[in-house]
Order: sequence, then C-alpha cells, then structure tokens
Amino acid sequence: MMGWNKAQAARHVRRAAGAALAKGKIVEARDTTRLLEAVIRPGDRVCLEGDNQKQADLLARALAAADVGKLHDLHMVQSGVVLPEHLDLFDKGIARKLDYAFSGPQSTRIAKMLFGGKIELGAVHTYLELFARYFVDLTPHVALIVAVSADRDGNLFTGPNTEDTPTVVEATAFHDGIVIAQVNEIVDKVPRVDIPGDRVDFIVKSDKPFYVEPLFTRDPGAITEAQILTAMMAIKGIYAPYGVKRLNHGIGFNTAAIELLLPTYAERLGLKGKIATRFALNPHPTLIPAIESGWVEQIHSFGGEVGMEDYIRARPDIFFTGIDGSLRSNRAICQTAGLYACDMFIGSTLQIDLLGNSSTVTTSRIAGFGGAPNMGCDPHGRRHPSDAWLLAGKEAAPDMPAPLRRGRKLVVQIVESFGDKNVPTFVEKLDALDLAEKLNLELAPIMVYADDVTHIVSEAGIANLLLCRTRDEREQAIRAVAGYTDVGRGRDKKMVQQLRERGAVRWPEDLGIDPLDADRSLLAARSVEDLVHWSGGLYAAPSRFRNW
Amino acid sequence: METFSYRQTAGRRSAGTRAQAIVGVVASGNLEVLVERVLPDTECQIDVSTPISGFGKVWEAVVADFVERRSPGGLKLSINDGGARADTVALRLAQAVRLIEEDMK
Repeated sequence: MMGWNKAQAARHVRRAAGAALAKGKIVEARDTTRLLEAVIRPGDRVCLEGDNQKQADLLARALAAADVGKLHDLHMVQSGVVLPEHLDLFDKGIARKLDYAFSGPQSTRIAKMLFGGKIELGAVHTYLELFARYFVDLTPHVALIVAVSADRDGNLFTGPNTEDTPTVVEATAFHDGIVIAQVNEIVDKVPRVDIPGDRVDFIVKSDKPFYVEPLFTRDPGAITEAQILTAMMAIKGIYAPYGVKRLNHGIGFNTAAIELLLPTYAERLGLKGKIATRFALNPHPTLIPAIESGWVEQIHSFGGEVGMEDYIRARPDIFFTGIDGSLRSNRAICQTAGLYACDMFIGSTLQIDLLGNSSTVTTSRIAGFGGAPNMGCDPHGRRHPSDAWLLAGKEAAPDMPAPLRRGRKLVVQIVESFGDKNVPTFVEKLDALDLAEKLNLELAPIMVYADDVTHIVSEAGIANLLLCRTRDEREQAIRAVAGYTDVGRGRDKKMVQQLRERGAVRWPEDLGIDPLDADRSLLAARSVEDLVHWSGGLYAAPSRFRNW
Repeated sequence: METFSYRQTAGRRSAGTRAQAIVGVVASGNLEVLVERVLPDTECQIDVSTPISGFGKVWEAVVADFVERRSPGGLKLSINDGGARADTVALRLAQAVRLIEEDMK
C-alpha cells in the first residue's frame, strides 16, 4: 500500500523508544549507549558530529560501546573522521560504510583500514559537497551533535564553534530524523539560540567539556626563512598586481608568514587598504598583528579557534558575533562565501604534478580534503565582477571579447620545493594515483585540479599558469619553480628563459626580491607570546603553545 | 655520514678582507657553513658532510648555481649539514658569502 508518511511514523517509534529513557528531553550520560541502541536501527545513516575542530566525543564513545548485535552496518556520514572512536566503530562492525570529507588526525589509520577492507568507502568529499548530499541522497536518520549548553526545551548554544551543526540539524530534523545533542551544561536560558529547541529530540549532559582542536594556531617561532621568502613573493607578485582584497588563506606556515608580513613588508610596499581586507577565514591568531594595525575590515569564519574567544568578543566590527557577544561561525555558509565572494584562495599542499594537479594524499596517509577544494576552485556560477577576477580572466583568455569573458578565481598553491624529510613536493606522478589503483577507486583523490590552479609559488619563484598557452609551457613553468627537485633539475633552460621574459615565470630577482632579505625580523610577531602582546592580552594561547 | 668535496673555478675574487665567517646552526633540517679565505683568487672549494645519502645530484646542482651566482673566488666553504633542504643550503651559502664580504668594523 502506498503511504506518504512512513518516515514520520518510523520517527515516532524511534522517539518513543528514546523517550522511555528520558526525563523531558534530558537523558542521563550513563544511559547514552542505551539511548543510541533504542533510536538507531541497523543500516541507518548516522552523522556523528565530527567537525574540523569540535567533536561530539561523549556520543562517539557511547556509540562505540554499543552492542554490535543491536547496532551494525551503520553508514556514517560526517565531515570529520577525527577521534579514534570514529574508526573503532568500523573495527567493531558497528559501522560499515563511510562518506566523509576530512580525516587529518586519523589519516594513517584510515588508510590502513581502507586497505584492509574494514571500511566500505563511499567517497571522500569536499565540505560543501557532503553538506549538499545531506539534502539529496545522504540524509541522516540520526544526528549526534554537540553544543556548549542547552535549556530544557532543547534550545542549543554552540558557542564560537558552531561549525557544521546548523547544516546537520537542518537535514536531519526536517526529514524526520532524530537529533541527539551532547552539551557541557544544562541551563535555564541559553546565551543565544544557535539551534531552536524544536529541532532537538534528546539532550545528554557530558561530565566534561567536548574536545576542540586548536587546528589553526601556527607558532610564528617555527616559520622559516624559505617560508618568509615565499610570502614576500606572493605579496609582491600576486596580491599586489591583482589587488586581491577578498580572500581565504590555508592553514599552513607559508600563509601564516603572509599574515605576519602584512603590517611590515606589505605596509612598506604601500599596500595597506589595497590588499587583504576581507577574509573567509578561521580566526587565525597570526592575523592579530594585521587586524591591530588596521589592515583587516571583516572576517567570516568556518569555525572558532581555541584561545581567540575574548579577542573576538572585543573586536565585533571585524568578526561575526551573536547577541551574547561571542563568535558565530558556520562552515557551510563560510565555505559558500569563500567559493563565491572571494577572489583568491592561497594554500599549501603535499604534492604537485607536472600539470599542476595537487594532492595531500600519500600512499600511507589519507587526510581527506577539508575546505581547500571548495576554496580552491573556479566557481562557474559567479557573475559579479572585481578587479582581481577580471584581470585573471583577461590573462587566461586575452582574445575573448571582454563582455563575454568569464573572470577567474585566483587559486594559488604555495609550497616549498622539498617538504618534510626532504621529500620532493613536485613529482612526475601523484601518490594519489597509486592509491586509487590499489583501492580500485574510480577517481584519484585530487585536492585541487590542474585546471583550477592559476599560480604556484615556491621559494624558487612564481609560475603563472594563466599565461601558459600549451601543455609544454605549463610543464616548464612548473619545473621552473620546482627548485632542486628532480622535476626542477629536469627543466628546459631556454624555454624557462622565454617564460620568464613573458612573466609566466618570475624568479625572486625578476620580482626585485633578494632571498637574503627573507629574514625572521620581517615577521610582525616572532613568537606566540608576541601575538598575545599584540592582542593586548586578549588572546589566551593554548598551553601547548606557551613557553613563557 | 657522507662527505664530498667540490673544487671549482670562480670568475673573480670574493670581496672584503675578513678571514673567516660562520652562519647557521647544526640542527635537524638546518646546517652550519664555515667560510675561510684560504684559496687562490680564482678558486673555490666546498666540502660537505651530511647524514643523508642519495642527494649527490642535488648537491651538485646547488653548488653549481652558487658558484655561478656568487663567484666565491678564494673561499673554502665547509658545510656541516643536519639534513637541510636544498633551498636552505643555497640560502646559507649565500649568507656565508655575504658575511665574509662585509667590511670589518
């Protein structure tokens, strides 16, 4: 018989089973595993909120402790595979299939488990792609989410790390799923409502605060001269000529160096107000000196950052804050902002091939993608002009009539030619291809595709791929900035010279930069302690970054 | 530990009068360069001691670029490498020459 409300009926049964363990919406922490066994069904799609930063750790432990006779073959659909418990689920047989986006801290173990056949992989997604599928073909039956506090009606306050929660709840609650939240405390009135209570079925109070990773804190003390050199070249050779005002920075030390050179090197070049004024960016502590020097007008964030809470609260003109004064972040919206409203993405990677494809996958580590592929691609749905976008489009297609010419997003990979342990960044063949072969994947896990990359910056120079007209020119431009790697030493000197004359390759001397000037004294802050001073004591650096 | 030595012809005598200089530190991923003005004006020598083997061609390329760009005539450079990347080696060599070419105060 045809029915129109099967999911609704199933939801009532699940909710009633859970309600037997609850007082109102509140379930005692010790009953969490029983609650999960009551509302989840074998084979369910479950989002166990593992974000880029915050983790529903109590719910993860509770799910991993479930009886595999009751809960098995779950299909996990979550952006971050971060905690050991996220993978324990697969070892125990509680979960079988995985669709995810990012697995930084578990990158080695997830690779082993994929090779060992413990995990049936759906796909490694970009964030927006996974979020989109929540509304089409990966809608969770149950969402296990995390917030700072709840009131008795289920209204949730997420604090600065709102991250993925609104998106996960939207998909689950409005399609007859069950939403269970772990919170640090239950209060009479939440400071602000990030998730309305009628979207939340059950609340569990955790005995300790949920885990948040300080993922975006880079110690200026660890920035090298080579990274400073790449930062100088990026500022002088890309930010300045394109007049890049709206942008996203990656997570690495090269972009941290750029942030710390804005109030010094870039200021001396007369670029204040002309570049780097608006960001889609997590609250990077290394951006504090630029903010304090009046460089930055506005920042919207994917998530928060541990220790930045009070600083953000004191700078509401810069950040997005709620009625309670604290940061409101939102990964899906910030990813969209980075995709459509930013003129540049600049970030690092582990491997680049001769065409410019890049990947962070190596044969023993599968870190997933995070936000880079959404930031690092040219959005064909864009229609508003900006100077940077138009100039990049003109360089790519000089013969196209201007009114018909698409602009181009600047997608910049900033690297050092050799990475950790002297492993070359530039390679003839990406490890991602070997991995795809071994795992029988239809697609190699490419982070940024060659046709999206516009520039590659290394300590050896800048390759402007927009100005390369043939496959040969592109390869030689990449070889020209590949330093002393095999790829770099294999360059055609004559062709590289021609590319330099056309500006498709620019070495430090072509930009008027002496590598000997790349000195740590250029950094606006040389230590985490300096950052604290810049913030007027408002930045509370996590203990692991404190040595004073 | 691998050691090798490159003796090359340099275009001109390195500037300055300083007899020796030292830059960098021996640490993982870094290196120390001792530079001494002890050779005839058109000769230079680079001695390398490195814990990492298999990078012979990279060292050769770094040294060739260095001699071409800096023309360190009269100088002997001794590298105590801690597994530094090639670009760091190139930078330290350039820093060493800059330092020995500085006028004594």
